[in-house]
Amino acid sequence: MSTTATDQQTAAGAGAGAAIHAELPPSARGDVWRRFRRNRGALVGLCIIGVAVLAAIFAPLITFYDPAQINPAISRQGPSLQHWFGVDLLGRDLYTRVVYGARVSLRVGFFATAIAVGIGLAVGAVSGYYQGWIETVTMRTTDIFLAFPYLLFAITIIVIVGRGELTVVLVLGLLGWMTIARLFRSSILSVKQTEYVEAARAVGCSDLRIIGRHILPNVIQPVIVYATLFIGGAILAEAALSFLNVGIAEPTPSWGLMVAQGRSFLFTSPHMLFAPGLALFLVVLSFVFMGDGLRDALDPRLR
Amino acid sequence: MEPLLSVRDLRTHFHTDAGVVKAVDGVSFDVLPGEVFGVVGESGSGKSVTTMTIMGLLPQPPAKVESGEILWKGRNLLKLHDEELRKIRGGEIAMIFQDPMTSLNPVFTIGQQVGEMIRLHADASKTDARERAIEMLKLVGIPRPERRVDEYPHEFSGGMRQRAMIAMAISCNPDLLIADEPSTALDVTIQAQVLDVLERIQEETNTAILLITHDLGVVAGMADRVMVMYAGGQVEMADIDTIFYNPHHPYTLGLLASLPRLDEREALRLHPIRGQPPSLIHVPPGCAFHPRCEFARLPEPCQTEVPEFREINGGEHRAACHFAEEAAQLTPDDFRRMAEKA
Amino acid sequence: MGGYILRRLLHVIPVVWGAVTILFLLFFIVPGDPVQLMAGDRAVTPEVRANIEARFGLDKPWYVQYGDYLKRLATGDLGVSFRNNRSVNTILGEAAPASLRLAIWAIIIEVIVGISTGLVSAVKRYSFTDVLTTVSTAMLAAIPVFVLGAALQYFLGVYTFQHGFPDWARFPVQGIGPDTWTFFFIPTGSQWRYLVLPAFTLAAVSTAVVARMMRTTMLEVVRADYMRTAASKGLNRRQVVLKHGLKNAMIPVVTLIGLDLATLIGNALITETVYNWPGLGTRLLGAIVSRDAPIVLGITAILVLTYVLMNLLVDLSYSFFDPRIRYGKEATA
Repeated sequence: MSTTATDQQTAAGAGAGAAIHAELPPSARGDVWRRFRRNRGALVGLCIIGVAVLAAIFAPLITFYDPAQINPAISRQGPSLQHWFGVDLLGRDLYTRVVYGARVSLRVGFFATAIAVGIGLAVGAVSGYYQGWIETVTMRTTDIFLAFPYLLFAITIIVIVGRGELTVVLVLGLLGWMTIARLFRSSILSVKQTEYVEAARAVGCSDLRIIGRHILPNVIQPVIVYATLFIGGAILAEAALSFLNVGIAEPTPSWGLMVAQGRSFLFTSPHMLFAPGLALFLVVLSFVFMGDGLRDALDPRLR
Repeated sequence: MEPLLSVRDLRTHFHTDAGVVKAVDGVSFDVLPGEVFGVVGESGSGKSVTTMTIMGLLPQPPAKVESGEILWKGRNLLKLHDEELRKIRGGEIAMIFQDPMTSLNPVFTIGQQVGEMIRLHADASKTDARERAIEMLKLVGIPRPERRVDEYPHEFSGGMRQRAMIAMAISCNPDLLIADEPSTALDVTIQAQVLDVLERIQEETNTAILLITHDLGVVAGMADRVMVMYAGGQVEMADIDTIFYNPHHPYTLGLLASLPRLDEREALRLHPIRGQPPSLIHVPPGCAFHPRCEFARLPEPCQTEVPEFREINGGEHRAACHFAEEAAQLTPDDFRRMAEKA
Repeated sequence: MGGYILRRLLHVIPVVWGAVTILFLLFFIVPGDPVQLMAGDRAVTPEVRANIEARFGLDKPWYVQYGDYLKRLATGDLGVSFRNNRSVNTILGEAAPASLRLAIWAIIIEVIVGISTGLVSAVKRYSFTDVLTTVSTAMLAAIPVFVLGAALQYFLGVYTFQHGFPDWARFPVQGIGPDTWTFFFIPTGSQWRYLVLPAFTLAAVSTAVVARMMRTTMLEVVRADYMRTAASKGLNRRQVVLKHGLKNAMIPVVTLIGLDLATLIGNALITETVYNWPGLGTRLLGAIVSRDAPIVLGITAILVLTYVLMNLLVDLSYSFFDPRIRYGKEATA
């Protein structure tokens, strides 16, 4: 696939990351935080994520109903004092379901990202550091996987393997490692030739140690930025899959699923899709802002 | 002779978050038709900002021309409309820059870039412009110009690129060519070639050249008159021989003393000027050079009075030092011997 | 230049082979029991099983199946739908135009609006336009397609209808409408009213992403040395930015457009579902529900191959934008 072009792009980002950290002393980490703080969008994003995480953790404490508790009598009623966001088709309180939905979204987001980053770092490290035929094989494999549009591939696999939260997490993670691998490989390639790596090798450090202690800290910046954006993307992807009915199934409160259900009653009960839709929007937007903020904070050249 | 370019008391300041950077703070000089005028100074001395102000290429915030005049053939460039300025840019005053790789657009051919200049100022057709571009490439000594004209910058070597830039700059017969560190980014041997090209062009077309450099060796070969700048101001200005053989400013002396020479008699160490160039936000009071000056009399007058850029021996020689006559007594070698002992 | 094209083509072939092989593995090897997979929840009697196995060659050893599969793909034979025995090719042929038209319009919007807003935003940095663009593109890049679609449907379709807004403000929310076009993709008559909401919904995220990238790239380009040289030649601001800057800035943006096609395909699936637009996406999801494997495989294969092809075209277009590539050197970072 567009190896040249993506390499160019990722190398630009990675090179910047490598160049920056090569100049920053460790104590400058506070410096990064200061720059991050100056970006108001990023701060707002961080707050919203914080609220979402807390809401997810303390869900039972801040909600008043059980998310699975049905009440057909008041089906599809709009917002009221007893039900701040209204109720859905089965009479379940939407506020409760939205809060519990945060759990689902954040879980999927973080775990899928963890898997993607883990695999991506490993593959990228191996192919960047060792080069030769290992690199060719891994890069070709990456290209083949990248030939599939993300969502389409996820749908196809889930169709074969079956729905469910675990499947979704695994699939999203297993399909997301490629760009991280590319990114990481470019970073490694640009850092590998530097003198401190040569020095480490001259002293006799093992390959693993060189990768872990010398290369990794210097090339992690673009990966951090991408990972942050990926969390948002994974949450979006899970929501899309659930919306299309190939993701998480009832009765788990997935925001995507809730929007799908709300859509059926667009004319009569639009409130059913606004709460989960807004929640999705705010959370994903926050990750986008945070990712941007991190990128600017870690790379002063772009300011 | 009427000067082509007359800069009078130019002050260009940058208003930044950290303070006001006084990049150029009171500079005056003339450039006569056909002469090579060298401007010498360390990084941060204000040489490039001066030329960028002349060309009008500074972004107006944060830069601001606080005062002064730039008279080009009698007209004040600072007061001209953008449209008139643009006619002069490239057409009457052309500029070449330090790094030819980044200064040329990588996605256009050399021919397109030179041709653009020609079509802009001479209203030529595409074919005519291309023909003329080939002529210009030949003039600067690029072999096989008919082929090279359709090639891209990345296909040229460093020296060739700089020649191409020169070709582009002189293509519309400018009266003044501003060369901002034209050889700095090149290998030493290529440097010499490029400077040769400049010299040849100058002789053939009698274009005046404003030559900016930090390298005294470059000026020695080419300039008729030289101005030495320091910390945004001018410290000495004279014809080339006077500067080299009868300098009247400690900074000029220091520059000369720090040059390694092939005709060394004694085994003297290289003696760089001690200290660092000052911040242009907090310029030292009095004479800006005094913290690094071997002759400074502190606190008076060097720390309290800004020395006037005064005439020395009547005539064209000027220096900005309270003790210029004393400094003139020493030769660069004396200077180095002083430093040896210290 | 020919060398570059050839190398790109050679590169594409193993990728295509790898992709179709993965599809084969997914559909024929991974499912423990492909027959049951196709049957879904229904029970499978031995006769039905024998029937299906014979029809789809499932009783043969896997390498024979693989060979057959590759042969069929190469000849463009995508098989026959399980449900109604119609050729998959025919079904695809019915559904593809709708998707193509939607996609074409989304790409037109993405490229034109995205690039121009990014450009303006970069050139007039910190101006009101810039701030507006930065904020709105960040939001559009984050909003889930189906939420945007539902919101547009509600506000421009339902709300305007329910509250008696004038005709021009009321948009249809479902379906493709009269399906009348000229030159394949120009809507005629009232067709455009049905096209507007889906096209904008599909284009939104991609447009935002392109605009953001364009802005970032342009900001970098504007500080390049050659821009200063161009200005020193006496060119006016517009010429410097548009002629000298734009071509350089397009290089990474074109990359992005290519990579973004993957997202576009995914979003097209969603958009078609939201608006009931009768394209490949709706067919695909319908086939998933009814467990019609040949259709699922057929549509997936077509979409994957299209994506590979589009990226190849994007790669080839580099040589137009970046002459450093034309002559064999890969683009430098």
